[in-house]
Amino acid sequence: MAKFTKKKEGDLPAVSTASLPDIVFMLLFFFMTVTTMKDSSLLVENTLPNASEVKKLEKKDRVIYIYVGKPTQEYQKVFGTEPKIQLNDKFANVDEVGSFILAERAKKPQELQNVLTTALKVDKNANMGLITDIKLQLRKVNALKVNYTTYEGDAFNNLQ
Amino acid sequence: MPRRKGAPEVNAGSMADIAFLLLIFFLVTTTIETDAGLDRMLPPIEPPENPPIIRQKNIFTVNINKNGQLLVEDELMNLKNLREAATAFLENNADGTCDYCKGRKDPASSDNPDKAIISLKNDRETKYSTYITVQNELVGAYNDLRNREAQRLYGKDFTDMEAEYLNPETPSSVRDELKDKVKRIQDMFPQKLSEAETSTD
Repeated sequence: MAKFTKKKEGDLPAVSTASLPDIVFMLLFFFMTVTTMKDSSLLVENTLPNASEVKKLEKKDRVIYIYVGKPTQEYQKVFGTEPKIQLNDKFANVDEVGSFILAERAKKPQELQNVLTTALKVDKNANMGLITDIKLQLRKVNALKVNYTTYEGDAFNNLQ
Repeated sequence: MPRRKGAPEVNAGSMADIAFLLLIFFLVTTTIETDAGLDRMLPPIEPPENPPIIRQKNIFTVNINKNGQLLVEDELMNLKNLREAATAFLENNADGTCDYCKGRKDPASSDNPDKAIISLKNDRETKYSTYITVQNELVGAYNDLRNREAQRLYGKDFTDMEAEYLNPETPSSVRDELKDKVKRIQDMFPQKLSEAETSTD
């Protein structure tokens, strides 16, 4: 009988877990690099139009975002369905755009203050009246570089 | 009783290598989403001291009404034809000073690309999507012409060259070389796209 019990001996050796920290760190780094911080939650509908002749907005630290669109479902009771401007985390009026740009510009480092771009993220169902007012405000504070943020695609899809 | 040794321990020394390999793989393949859009410059709020006198024939007027219809040079036009019309206007070359233009030299249209100005007007009730489509077509007209010249001179598309020039990852030696080329093409067809104040009536 001893002959048989002998064979049952020798459990599987424990798998070394020494590399577990490596794997965990790897995952950590992966998510750290891939995640982009969401700095403001959207209060407005924001389906951007399509355009084909786009340029990429390269450096995120040089961009100030302005969102325009009609308020999302939960805010429609309070703010109605007319397109509104969203600056950071709250709704704003057109005349607040200028001071917002100046405040944002003051937050940036000195060397970037002259190369800032204003990205207009406008819902495709908005009217140009509001955009024209925003553009006038931007011109008043000398923020002349704008980027109409769009999705890449065929521009004629917008018309349907 | 002599104990038999268990199976030899698996060497986990190379686990870290595999882990790093995976890490590098994901780092390289993942692209962090970047925004893209149409870059435009707004005109300064103060009008220039001595506004240059522009002849009417050098201005290509595009009007968009609230229903999204286009009035180009006082004629109703389909959006699909806008790019072609704008291209023809830009390289019309009526005074013959532009030797790379292939325009019709129509005396009633623009003198040369340097003088040609596109003026875009819109109604307050124009839909933003229509406006973007028109902007896209006008920028597209410039890009088409610039691409054509860049292909002829350097065998590359202007848009690719510009994207490479603006990409911060491009080494500076390549960038310096591109800078002159990009500048040269831009000067051949300077982008003069004026956005006048919206008509209120």
